[in-house]
Amino acid sequence: MKHTIKGDTITVYLSGELDHHSAESVRQELEGLISSPRVKNLVLDLSRLSFMDSSGIGVVLGRYKTLAKRGGTVAVREPTAHVNRIFSMSGLYQIVEKL
Amino acid sequence: MSKINEMRIDFMALPENEAFARVAVGAFMLPLNPTLEEMEDVKTAVSEAVTNAIIHGYENKGGMIRLSAELDEGGVIKMEIIDCGVGIEDVERAREPLYTSLPEMERSGMGFTVMESFMDSVTVLSRPGHGTTVRMEKKLGA
Ligand SMILES: Nc1ncnc2c1ncn2[C@@H]1O[C@H](COP(=O)(O)OP(=O)(O)OP(=O)(O)O)[C@@H](O)[C@H]1O
Ligand SMILES: [Mg+2]
Repeated sequence: MKHTIKGDTITVYLSGELDHHSAESVRQELEGLISSPRVKNLVLDLSRLSFMDSSGIGVVLGRYKTLAKRGGTVAVREPTAHVNRIFSMSGLYQIVEKL
Repeated sequence: MSKINEMRIDFMALPENEAFARVAVGAFMLPLNPTLEEMEDVKTAVSEAVTNAIIHGYENKGGMIRLSAELDEGGVIKMEIIDCGVGIEDVERAREPLYTSLPEMERSGMGFTVMESFMDSVTVLSRPGHGTTVRMEKKLGA
């Protein structure tokens, strides 16, 4: 998964479709990337994520829980209109900032 | 309203068929000239119902799922997603936002809420021990 680290923030670029089928591997890769204690904040770049359903909501919530325990945060940037609607509808923007 | 097309597909309850079901419905609805947003709404709703059939209906143990769809004059798409899995004891509770029977699996309990907000109507028919049918309808260009 393409990512960049700057200070205590990691930016991960999601692409393709995030459904139940892809969720397990995305979850594992993200957990691996944020497992280092020096990472506190996760930014998900969603500009190339073409599809997401409620399975994706679970993946984002799960990473939020991991990082919140460490006093960290999850933020997203550049969601497509479709992905943005899923985030708004589910209330995810109450805990995940849109940059 | 008269029917202009109808289709029915049976496929195995495998995660890779979630994308297949989305693509199939997306292609089938093209004659109604959907907007990109309408296309995404319908595909997302199908994805939710098919995923539920796989993980809840068949508890990831496999089975067959039926997807049927109909296009009506006036730009209406009607769909049914049917499984012969465990069924739902309490449909009203299942449809509540945030209700999930699998919280430890990182489910958010938002599937039915997504279906309801993206489609005009969602009907759930279920019999414990026999299976579940999710019927959805949306008028395009509304
Ligand atoms: N086809 C089905 N067969 C049996 N139970 C079902 C079926 N579809 C849904 N359910 C039940 O309804 C509940 C709510 O479904 P919903 O899709 O809203 O949430 P979820 O699947 O648990 O989580 P999410 O969709 O957010 O990942 C499920 O947890 C499950 O108990
Ligand atoms: Mg669901």
